Amino acid sequence: MNAFDYQQVADSEQAIEQAVRSRRAKYLGGGTNLVDLMRETVERPQALIDVTRLSRDIDETAEGGLIIGAAVTNSALAGDARVRSRYPVLARAILSGASAQIRNMATVGGNLLQRTRCAYFYDVAARCNKREPGAGCDALEGFHRYHAILGTSPSCIATHPSDMAVALAALDARIHLRGPEGERQLAITELHREPGERPDLETELQPEELIVAVELPPLPMAARSNYRKVRDRASYAFALVSVASMVELDGETIQDVRLALGGVGTKPWRALRVEAALRGQPATEATIAAAVDAELTEARPLPGNAFKVELARRTLIAELSRRIADARNGGEA
Amino acid sequence: MSALDKERSGDNQPAGVALAGDYWRPEGGPDPLSEKGRIGIGAPLSRVDGAEKVTGSARFAGEFTFEGMVYAALVYSAIANGRILNIDRREAEAMGGVVLVMTHENAPRLNTPPVFLRSPNGAAGDDHPIMQTDRVHWNGQPVALVLAETQEQADAAAESIRVDYAAEPAMTDFELAKTHARRPDNVLGGPAEITVGDADAAFEAAAHQIDATYTTPRHNHNAIEPHALTLVWTTGDGDESGREGETLRIHDASQCVDLAVASLAEVFGIETSQIHITSPFVGGGFGGKALWQHQILAAAAAKLADRPVRLALSREGVYRVVGGRACTEQRVALGADEQGRLQALIHSGIAAMTQHNNLPEPFFQATKCLYAADHIRLSIDVADMQMLANTFMRAPGESVGSFALESALDELADQLGMDPLELRRRNEPERDPTSGLAFSSRHLLEAARSGAERFGWSERSATPASRHEGEWQIGLGCATATYPYIRMPGAAARITLTPDGATVGIAAHEMGMGTATVQTQVAAARLGLPVEKIAFHYGDSHLAGSVLAGGSQQTAAIGGAVIAAQRALVAELLALVGQDSPLSGLSPDEIECRNEGLGAIGNGSRFETYAQILARAGQSELSVQADAAGSEELANWSMHSFGTIFCEAGVNSVTGEVRIRRLLGSFDCGRILNTKTATSQFRGGMIMGLGLALMEETLFDPRSGRVMNPSLADYHVPVQMDVPEIEVMWTDIPDPHTPMGAHGIGEIGITGVGAAVANAVYNASGKRIRDLPITLDKLL
Ligand SMILES: Cc1cc2nc3c(=O)[nH]c(=O)nc-3n(C[C@H](O)[C@H](O)[C@H](O)COP(=O)(O)OP(=O)(O)OC[C@H]3O[C@@H](n4cnc5c(N)ncnc54)[C@H](O)[C@@H]3O)c2cc1C
Ligand code: SF4
Repeated sequence: MNAFDYQQVADSEQAIEQAVRSRRAKYLGGGTNLVDLMRETVERPQALIDVTRLSRDIDETAEGGLIIGAAVTNSALAGDARVRSRYPVLARAILSGASAQIRNMATVGGNLLQRTRCAYFYDVAARCNKREPGAGCDALEGFHRYHAILGTSPSCIATHPSDMAVALAALDARIHLRGPEGERQLAITELHREPGERPDLETELQPEELIVAVELPPLPMAARSNYRKVRDRASYAFALVSVASMVELDGETIQDVRLALGGVGTKPWRALRVEAALRGQPATEATIAAAVDAELTEARPLPGNAFKVELARRTLIAELSRRIADARNGGEA
Repeated sequence: MSALDKERSGDNQPAGVALAGDYWRPEGGPDPLSEKGRIGIGAPLSRVDGAEKVTGSARFAGEFTFEGMVYAALVYSAIANGRILNIDRREAEAMGGVVLVMTHENAPRLNTPPVFLRSPNGAAGDDHPIMQTDRVHWNGQPVALVLAETQEQADAAAESIRVDYAAEPAMTDFELAKTHARRPDNVLGGPAEITVGDADAAFEAAAHQIDATYTTPRHNHNAIEPHALTLVWTTGDGDESGREGETLRIHDASQCVDLAVASLAEVFGIETSQIHITSPFVGGGFGGKALWQHQILAAAAAKLADRPVRLALSREGVYRVVGGRACTEQRVALGADEQGRLQALIHSGIAAMTQHNNLPEPFFQATKCLYAADHIRLSIDVADMQMLANTFMRAPGESVGSFALESALDELADQLGMDPLELRRRNEPERDPTSGLAFSSRHLLEAARSGAERFGWSERSATPASRHEGEWQIGLGCATATYPYIRMPGAAARITLTPDGATVGIAAHEMGMGTATVQTQVAAARLGLPVEKIAFHYGDSHLAGSVLAGGSQQTAAIGGAVIAAQRALVAELLALVGQDSPLSGLSPDEIECRNEGLGAIGNGSRFETYAQILARAGQSELSVQADAAGSEELANWSMHSFGTIFCEAGVNSVTGEVRIRRLLGSFDCGRILNTKTATSQFRGGMIMGLGLALMEETLFDPRSGRVMNPSLADYHVPVQMDVPEIEVMWTDIPDPHTPMGAHGIGEIGITGVGAAVANAVYNASGKRIRDLPITLDKLL
């Protein structure tokens, strides 16, 4: 790890001011990802601007949703009673990730911007287009069991590892940003980029732009939402496939559905094709299977992650069937 | 017998302990301590070092300091084979706090260390020269070392060093290396091929055949304490003995202090008396804490810089410089008759190795003794690779070999439509099937029977995939566990008796197994002293003898040494007693140790306390040292521990996820000396077995020879939620030919678990997985 400056700021204004003034500065949340990457010399910031004193509040919005400060810890968010009852998918996604110690440190902002776990990205001895554009990608013919099958490009197949972001994608969360140019908002699905030819450009954030809050719109059907994470060990492992899901029925017709996938996409993957194929359709096994296939025909698997196509198919079908059954019973997931 | 002793042990129990006879000889009697009901033996004594460990006052090797100490950081090569063209160290040398940058260009001349199992002094993992040339031999080899005033400065400087290489082609692909496999000249000192009869012909002729290939991946060591050492060179008459010349003082995390001293003496061309290693606490060894480059490099750098050094490997560092378990590809072919009796048993295959070490992963070890086949052929070939030398890892051989063998047994039982335990019962041998020796103590069937009953084995459905709970398919599986009894030569013990008690000193090791606790207990029982009056000293190369904490042999090795020392002590005490002593005229074999003194066997009135004997002789202490008897028992009998592992697995029919629901181990390991520490050892081994079965796998990139998951985030070991309720039980039948009637129990727990899980997964899902780890993609 290189030597660096460290500064703690009281609010977003100070943070941006500092960032504009410093050379090669990075915002520091809980540090559970950034500091690891600094230890591996993948990240070499000259200055860290600690933003954990930004808002740690979770407030009601006028529309009946929630607005979550960027410095709210993952643990606090997952433990919030309103989140647990109105957006259980989010609480479950967070609790399925990392470990209790890491969740206690990790922030909402940092979680969204955590970087991929690709082993070749972490190892500076390897070739990686994300670290060094144009260097090549050692994962393509190497170990890529944890890598993406959706949204990949010939330059990069790395997954976005966050569980929380998958739930947020299903919930249509909005990301509140603030930068030297002022404030703006992005839909969560617009925050992260697919790698294309520039896997080093991971988000739509401008230099010095800060995540200040995440807004959850009101979404009654989210009360019956769920997050299912399939992984190699029972806890403390990244997703091979994960599914955030919720379904609204009108009689036997699927009135509305929200689905997002983790572990398979280069970004938190909103399964819009499945949703489109299901909306307004009868809730039958056949429609579900056809809808799922509509998404997965887009998959570009490699030898080491080909199993994810079948795994994603099965998990999606199982979860959709379960949500539909729950909706029929009017009960909670 | 004191009132207290009576209360503890019941009236009819012997109070005193006579001297052990020649337990190692067919005509010798068992160690008296092996008798059931011996006071203290088997008691669940809590760890003597427990309070120190939980309060943090136990100091580990990387927590010692020396005046003026500097910190080390290593730079690891990024190629597997080739030459170093240039090392740019300018930036590093200019950085604050940097004291030394050492590379092959300025390292002191070092002799190549002797290799474990190749040379009598060998503790080293391989015989590569250490930072002496520009050659790179594996991806991860240290190519530079930095010393700085702080660890952070050392790390930053190491990261700034740029190395240019001329890479050469490297054999880093096991699939390719396999095609050039060779027969090693030995496997653990024995032959690499063992044949009984004509197994291939018998297999061809057999009515029932199983012929399958099983593969197991590389594993890396992940002891909770990464390797670390703190050391200092002093010159002049600085050492305790006042000897002239340099001395090297090392606090190391070691499971072989004496071998390490001997090897380091060769490397630095000095006398063993000039090196002193202590290792009082070790946070797990598992075979990985012998001698690797980091200790030698730290000592060399300390010499060059003339400063004391602390070197603590990062977790990644452990993956780069400490070997792990080699990958294997094993064939098991079983030929059986209609009744399930084995006519042919073939277990052969290939393991990855290097030309610079001598450990063909000995996967046929368990197969040597387990089943009564008429015809047997066992062989191991090695595929030479350019990689960090592989090494011992908990139950080398048995852990992965039993996965193959015991999976194949299950496949045969399935083919025969026979209960897998019944198949094993029908093939229980009367004598060792390959050596022909009688077993010293084998109660496997009893362990299996009682384990099956406790586990509820009879509830197993013979039809795979027939039990469901929601999405989960549930199945039961079992497998045999086994590990040899070993007692290596070289052990000696010193007993120092004072009026207040006894100190037992022996150069053995405590790595968390409970050795210090159990040996305190055993020494107390043997000397007739309460445990509070015993101090057990270990982990110091200055202590008596040379004991390797490996091969599950420490308990027996220490036991044998203490038996010998007790005999010497009693002889000396008898020589001290005068005419007027009630003990006068007795010979050692008429004596027993009891009630803090010596007494005549069968005569309660002829007794004197140790304190009385010493006082009468006008001595404040008596100190004796003796060597353990040679390990003749190993030539007289086939000596092994046994057990049966039972597993209940759930396989998710949607996702293929495997979760273990129950695990039980029923063991036959001689006398159990401390039920508490033994339970932990068995459980720990079984948990490591779960890791082997379900998740442990080193990702060794065949293109570069580089380990790609050198961290606990990416190299999976079981977490709490992966570990179900684990029950352990044991026969507690003493082996009449071992000290205390005991067998080592450190390694057997991991054996059999891989197959028990695989067999349970088969019973649950109908899918036979022959490739470890059993990850969900293999079950989709
Ligand atoms: C062993 C291990 C296992 C894990 N397992 C999982 C898992 O299963 N699932 C999962 O989802 N995650 C997992 N994680 C990742 C964990 O969730 C992230 O490390 C954590 O959420 C990051 O949050 P942080 O606050 O510590 O971010 P930091 O490390 O502080 O920062 C991460 C990035 O975000 C930037 N940043 C931080 N805050 C802001 C802000 N307000 N505005 C703009 N930029 C900002 C930083 O500059 C940095 O680039 C695991 C991590 C580890 C170490
Ligand atoms: S997959 Fe992406 S992150 Fe991984 S090595 Fe390739 S370019 Fe780098």
